[in-house]
Amino acid sequence: MNDNRYTTLNLGPTHPATHGIFQNVLTMDGERIIDTEQTIGYIHRAFEKIAERRPYYQITTLTDRMNYCSSPINNIGWQMAVEKLLGVTPTKRIDYMRIILMELARITDHLICNSVLGVDSGALTGFVYVFQEREKVYEIYELLCGARLTTNVGRIGGFERDFTPEVIKKIYDFLDHLPKVLRQFEKLLLRNRIFMDRTIHVGAISAERAMNYGFSGPNLRAAGVDYDVRVTSPYSSYDDFDFTIPVGSQGDTYDRFCVRQEEVWQSIKLIRNALDNLPEGKYFIDVPEFYLPPKEDVYDKMEALIWHFKIVMGEIGAPVGEIYHSVEAANGELGFYLVSDGGRTPYRLHFRRPCFIYYQALPEMIRGGVLSDAILTMSSMNVIAGELDG
Amino acid sequence: MEAPNYIKVEPPEGYSSPGLFATTFDKVVGLARKNSIWPLPFATSCCGIEFMATMGAHYDLGRFGAERLSFSPRQADLLMVMGTIAKKMAQVVQQVYVQMAEPRWVIAVGACAASGGIFDTYSVLQGIDRIVPVDVYVPGCPPRPEQIIDGFMKVQELVGKESLRRRYSKEYKDLLESYGIK
Amino acid sequence: MDMDNSFITGKLKTRFTESILSIEENSDMLTIVVAREVIHEVIRFLKENETLGFTFLTTLCGIHYPDQELQLGVIYHLHHFSDNTRIRVKTFLPLENPVIATVTDLFSAANWMERETYDFYGIIFKGHPNLKRILNVEYLDYFPMRKEYPLEDPTREDKDDRFFGR
Repeated sequence: MNDNRYTTLNLGPTHPATHGIFQNVLTMDGERIIDTEQTIGYIHRAFEKIAERRPYYQITTLTDRMNYCSSPINNIGWQMAVEKLLGVTPTKRIDYMRIILMELARITDHLICNSVLGVDSGALTGFVYVFQEREKVYEIYELLCGARLTTNVGRIGGFERDFTPEVIKKIYDFLDHLPKVLRQFEKLLLRNRIFMDRTIHVGAISAERAMNYGFSGPNLRAAGVDYDVRVTSPYSSYDDFDFTIPVGSQGDTYDRFCVRQEEVWQSIKLIRNALDNLPEGKYFIDVPEFYLPPKEDVYDKMEALIWHFKIVMGEIGAPVGEIYHSVEAANGELGFYLVSDGGRTPYRLHFRRPCFIYYQALPEMIRGGVLSDAILTMSSMNVIAGELDG
Repeated sequence: MEAPNYIKVEPPEGYSSPGLFATTFDKVVGLARKNSIWPLPFATSCCGIEFMATMGAHYDLGRFGAERLSFSPRQADLLMVMGTIAKKMAQVVQQVYVQMAEPRWVIAVGACAASGGIFDTYSVLQGIDRIVPVDVYVPGCPPRPEQIIDGFMKVQELVGKESLRRRYSKEYKDLLESYGIK
Repeated sequence: MDMDNSFITGKLKTRFTESILSIEENSDMLTIVVAREVIHEVIRFLKENETLGFTFLTTLCGIHYPDQELQLGVIYHLHHFSDNTRIRVKTFLPLENPVIATVTDLFSAANWMERETYDFYGIIFKGHPNLKRILNVEYLDYFPMRKEYPLEDPTREDKDDRFFGR
């Protein structure tokens, strides 16, 4: 429609309010949005093509950079997918350690999403307070794997090092301090008249449309469907734990905010539970083709030396087969479809990226609203550009 | 008395006497400019999150005068490109650079902006110095906030020492010509 | 209601006898290969039949086997929420004529997923409302995920291949 009374507004790709680079060309009638045309791909890094050229353990660094706000979930999800292909099961200790890391990553991702939603509606202070808590989690990651953001934590077959007492103490301190900050943050926004007026009934989507669009994660749960991969197909011993899944009713921005906030509380409970009941055992399982042997053995034993050589030179093949494994990432169901032909690299690796799938519903959610509502809707959907384009 | 926990900015060399301080113009202008740089955070991916941590309370880039972020290139001094730039995005970076007013500086934060990083693929630009002239490169994947601050301080050094005639010189015009920027 | 593999394959076989080319139950989920002419009907049957009801399209991707006669493939993963059953539907297309019906009328989620598959493999989805490239630049004249194309940009001049192990 090229009526002269409609204006065209270009939102992006570089825009302070869109978190990441994607473009929306809006057709507007004054302040109302009539239609939008989306362009993505501004940060397409060809992950799936790279994955066909890298050995299995090198792909962990690629998965880091998909949803970079919660990298451990991607890493551990990939390692679980390869373990499913190999047909090995980890020990209980590895499972509990994985749960602790994944829930920590989920907390950090939800903290960023909610505080940036606050920033977009004008409340800048919440962001600064909440980011301090993120710094504490960065310190925990540093003790475990050396990196702050793109962690590359864990190995196929477990972890590279155990939780030291210092790590456990740091996690307990973090869990003791976080509720205070969360309550301050909630006092700022949760029952704030202005915030509620700006977010209730804004960007709503019904449960049927959400399922048709392939939503998953907090966006789908806010619309009213209680689908959580941790509960329907439990992995990594999640069924040992008792936690509730918050479900919204209207699928609007306020519901998404509240669902994420409540998930942070549930994650705190999960981590504390897992840490209190952390079983004894080894922190790695026997997968000699993928897990590097300890250095003392490499210097002494012939077999360990040969395995070390084969792994580092990348001459190990995986069994032939195809699997699909999914984990509950912070944004939804993150899936790995892996086809292996026995070689040292995957034959085909497809990432089912939740952001890519639910972002296509944005035109339906913002049509008829005003521009400021569109900004908040985009922000509450938690679109991470690295995962969107991949 | 203990040593103070701040560093005073030293005055430039010059002749001082009561009520009078004489120095060269470019030293004063350099001093003023370097302590009040307005950056444009062009954050595309993971390095952007580390930039958010740098602006946060723990590492605080605002101490160096960069408190006021400018998302409009017309009002920005320093273009901080943080994150992978794909070929689709390259033209946008160049347009943003062209829209900035002189004097302008560019800092490439992260391995992807400096040289393409781990993404040696058909769709990623192998370093933004293919399209814009870069002053400082900060390596890392992602670089720690201390490294980003170190890069920023190097930019401050460059800003403080820059000659006032540099932007009108033939070498600078040739440099922009070589990138296709008028 | 517990749907096991024999129940699902039984229903499919009674409805689409010749078009089901193979059924495999050895991997992690039931995998069926169908002919490309009936793919839309198969997906609609799986979604709308009252006893089946796979109402969630998990993902849709392409694949390229240069050694096979039908080189390009499209793979659908469907999910039944309450029963927690997944199914994988595959179909293969010839390289010269990679046309297949779209499923965007059944699942709106397939819109961008099919565009991505077109962008990477050149598979044309007949009936798609907006089939153009989504992730790569518009002027890219080849389909990069096919096996004959390299990962790196062949025109780059700043990296010396000798040092990169290629």
